[in-house]
Amino acid sequence: MGMTLAEKILAAHAGQDTVKPGELISAKVDAVLANDVTAPVAIQEFKKIGVEKVFDKDRVILVPDHFTPNKDIKSAEQSKVVREFAREQELTQYFEVGRMGIEHVLLPEQGLALPGDVIIGADSHTCTYGALGAFATGVGSTDLAAAMALGETWFKVPESMKFVYKGQLNKWVGGKDLILHTIGDIGVDGALYRAMEFTGETIRNLSLEGRLTMSNMAIEAGGKCGLIEADEKTLAYVAKRAKRPFTAHQSDADAKYLEIKEYDVSKIEPQVAFPHLPENTRGVSEAGHVTIDQVVIGSCTNGRIEDLRQAAEILQGKTVHPYVRVIIFPGSQEVYLQAIKEGLMDIFVNAQAAVSTPTCGPCLGGHMGILAAGERAVATTNRNFVGRMGHPESEVYLAGPAVAAASAIAGRIVSPEEVL
Amino acid sequence: MKMQGQAWRFGKDVDTDLIIPARYLNTSDPNELAKHCMEDADPQFVNKVKPGDIIVAEKNFGCGSSREHAPIAIKAAGVACVIAKSFARIFYRNSINIGLPIFESPEAAAAIAEGDTLEVDARAGIIKNLTKGEEYQAAPFPEFMQTLIAKGGLVNYVKEKVKNNA
Repeated sequence: MGMTLAEKILAAHAGQDTVKPGELISAKVDAVLANDVTAPVAIQEFKKIGVEKVFDKDRVILVPDHFTPNKDIKSAEQSKVVREFAREQELTQYFEVGRMGIEHVLLPEQGLALPGDVIIGADSHTCTYGALGAFATGVGSTDLAAAMALGETWFKVPESMKFVYKGQLNKWVGGKDLILHTIGDIGVDGALYRAMEFTGETIRNLSLEGRLTMSNMAIEAGGKCGLIEADEKTLAYVAKRAKRPFTAHQSDADAKYLEIKEYDVSKIEPQVAFPHLPENTRGVSEAGHVTIDQVVIGSCTNGRIEDLRQAAEILQGKTVHPYVRVIIFPGSQEVYLQAIKEGLMDIFVNAQAAVSTPTCGPCLGGHMGILAAGERAVATTNRNFVGRMGHPESEVYLAGPAVAAASAIAGRIVSPEEVL
Repeated sequence: MKMQGQAWRFGKDVDTDLIIPARYLNTSDPNELAKHCMEDADPQFVNKVKPGDIIVAEKNFGCGSSREHAPIAIKAAGVACVIAKSFARIFYRNSINIGLPIFESPEAAAAIAEGDTLEVDARAGIIKNLTKGEEYQAAPFPEFMQTLIAKGGLVNYVKEKVKNNA
């Protein structure tokens, strides 16, 4: 019996020839990750374990990105705990403000997440690296602390679900729309405890950015990870970035999947997820008349250069609606600089959008764009839970950068065609 | 270990932002987090809940973020355990790791009403509804989880492992 991509990676890291779904294994990790919210708890637990040093100072990655640049005294104290630990442990992969990015934009850029890796992160969107063919999943701070000490962690080998995308994408439809449509189809627990594997000609034609967006939201369907086999595009992307050797794996032709879903993407229009769950998706043409107060473009879901290019294409020569505030968050310093070089920043500022330094900021209602009671936002982020971006009576509508930018101009949720 | 308390009911897909909104995550002090437990689902919850009470919810409890602050906030608010039809994966792992007892029981989740008095036998996974005179069985924990629970959480387990390897 053949193995799926997820099973092959786990077997290789458990030192076994094969693994089966349901089996409990101990696997070596290639990298562990935490941020300014989750690292302080992990550090506190790590210190109880009774080891002096982390398992590998090059593989413990700390990125203060949630409440940074520090929004208040409490968050400054949290970041200080992370910074001091990084110095004391001589961690080589600590990313300070001004040198950082939103963790899940940053790690692929830095060549710290590679095909065939096992990565755990104390952040649920660690599943993003599945787009590079890595088994990457979110854990809590205590699991992270244990892995910082041991260099390994335990997993229950998940069952795999295959998602096959066929056909040509419509104009303005991208990775975000595909994943929102998929979550709308299977629900927020449709892949609970399972490995999702995205495949098919549409995925092979999709950019790396679009793939990272899809894998990022696997957790929004309850998935343990969202994998895409590394192909020539992946290898071209990582070749110039990888700082260590890696082994890409492929699913066997006779691998066993619990379920296989097929989508004809030519029937999918740009998607919007209505409050308060990512599964409440509909096509933008069915959005109705929803006026908005704020638009957020960026995040670990859609803060990459392709996302900013798409927003700029729509905002160029236009101004945002007088009643709307637009905030744009490049995902990393690299994306920020690239956007400047390409003239995207001129377009944004001329369109009357605010541009921020990379931060998770408003995505989790942290800072930099909190909503008041009754306010509505269109966001390219990943969650629209109650109170996610501020007041419990505010509302978040999830969409891709094209719909977000178009809605910013119109002052209500619209398709890009309506403003061009 | 037996727990007895009153049931507080919540719906399906209770996410970690409802359990502890991210706006309070600029600290990891359990007592601070406890003050805001379930705030966006029921702002009065922390004033009403008594030590030893039990949260009962429908499917996919704890979905969303990996924040361990969620089970920490529930535990520090004095809640003895959580019973749900099903749990999101990371929340499940986190709860076991920090020693918050959780029980998966579709039967109990369907039958228990808000305010019912419950008695839970953690070891046997038996949930007694003293108000209704009913009894429900929770799904047994996998063997490895039982080891973690018996050792009082993941840190104790790893501590021992490190000591034995030394």
